[in-house]
Amino acid sequence: MALPLFDPTEDPGPSFTALLSREGMGDLRQIQDHGITQAHGTTVLAIRYADGVIMAGDRRATEGHSIAHRSMEKVFPADRYSAVAIAGSAGMAVEMVRLFQVQLEHYEKVEGVTLSLEGKANQLAQMVRAHLPMAMQGFVVVPLFCGFDIARSTGRIFTYDPAGGHYEETDFQTTGSGGRDARQTIKLGYRENLSRSEAIELAVLSLYEAADGDSATGGPDLVRGIFPIIATVTAEGYDRVPDDEIAERFTEAVERRRSTGGDAGGTLR
Amino acid sequence: MTMPYYVAPEQVMKDRAEYAQKGIARGRSLVATVFDKGILLVAENPSKTLHKISEIYDRVAFAGVGKYNEYDQLRVAGVRHADTKGFAYSREDVDARSLANLYAQYLGQVFTHEMKPLEVEILVAELGAGPRPTQLFHVAYEGTITDEEHFAVLGGEAEPIREQFAQSYVDGWTLLEAIRAAIAALAGPDRTLEPEQVEVAVLTDGHGRRTFRRIEDQDLTELLEG
Repeated sequence: MALPLFDPTEDPGPSFTALLSREGMGDLRQIQDHGITQAHGTTVLAIRYADGVIMAGDRRATEGHSIAHRSMEKVFPADRYSAVAIAGSAGMAVEMVRLFQVQLEHYEKVEGVTLSLEGKANQLAQMVRAHLPMAMQGFVVVPLFCGFDIARSTGRIFTYDPAGGHYEETDFQTTGSGGRDARQTIKLGYRENLSRSEAIELAVLSLYEAADGDSATGGPDLVRGIFPIIATVTAEGYDRVPDDEIAERFTEAVERRRSTGGDAGGTLR
Repeated sequence: MTMPYYVAPEQVMKDRAEYAQKGIARGRSLVATVFDKGILLVAENPSKTLHKISEIYDRVAFAGVGKYNEYDQLRVAGVRHADTKGFAYSREDVDARSLANLYAQYLGQVFTHEMKPLEVEILVAELGAGPRPTQLFHVAYEGTITDEEHFAVLGGEAEPIREQFAQSYVDGWTLLEAIRAAIAALAGPDRTLEPEQVEVAVLTDGHGRRTFRRIEDQDLTELLEG
């Protein structure tokens, strides 16, 4: 590798993707084989609460009707104050997240300042749009992006469609095959200014319902001890909720449901 | 047709070296040292935005003295190199040695082939982990590369600063001791430097993947007073 120096007219600026294409490595994010069965990630969600945003995702990846992975991670820190969760073609999505993470850090280091939250959301939209040709071939990636907006001191959520359109959500959003079930549950339980504990509870119940109603979404795996991933993004930055805490919440929820024969039993719990 | 004058290569090199040294001497100096918990970098720099010290990668920092636009161009090239390498291979594969070598080659190339040498000196520091040791690579304007184990001084007035700093250097000293000694050495015997006149950054573990952290004026004042 030579030192990447450019003429002022050829300079890629603080964009890492532009740098990759200058270096002839632009298709790194398009490596793929045709005709293979591809793994799919399923349910992810984001909810605004008093301190910021909570993001959660189940752990299952499917290949057709079989389970490809039981412990896949779908919620990632994008940078210190934002998180990204993915649903869709797993390989593509994870690669897109990796590129997105480097893109944000690269900008920060080259420019000496971080991008605004809006700027980060736009960057991700451009990546989803650049991925459109692959989406047309069936490798659809639909991310969910959220972060803590330092300038406005509030949590914000952005959703995307496969064409790269992005939309800001007011309070919560979900995506993936179990997203519909999760969304309905959040809709019933959502209030303004939920506490951290209440927001985690709502995320737990939504993922429980998603797994209950959608075959591709993984529920709490009590046998293997694999539980969904939950993370918060607040003024203190990205913070993954400890595994023990999540395990405890899910075990409690499962206990409650057992006592009522699988239904919520008259109230959202 | 006019014939170009013959100038002995020795003379050409000497002139270029002198030119580069003069350029570097116009700027302020910089000290980097190892302390008990990491690497400390201190530069005399009244500007809050035009940095001499910057982050390159998770465990690698960059420092430059001399002409700002020239070392900043090298800094950006370093970030690009590191990010590309880390993306194509793995984050662990990014190291200071290969980057310092690239800088050395580039500076050497410019020194011998271009009209004007770069008026900069570069330091690439890496915080050790596991089998990889903590290292400071010092690259001079003509591409000479040296690796330092304990500390490095860059800049036009490096000699007197190095002498003073060497006297106070202690293996395994604390951050506070190291900052005090660095600021005193940069100031020299006749001046004192205020926290607003220096730029301080460290590479330390304990804050996640990225180890680079700036110590801003207010924190620095508190640290020095407390």
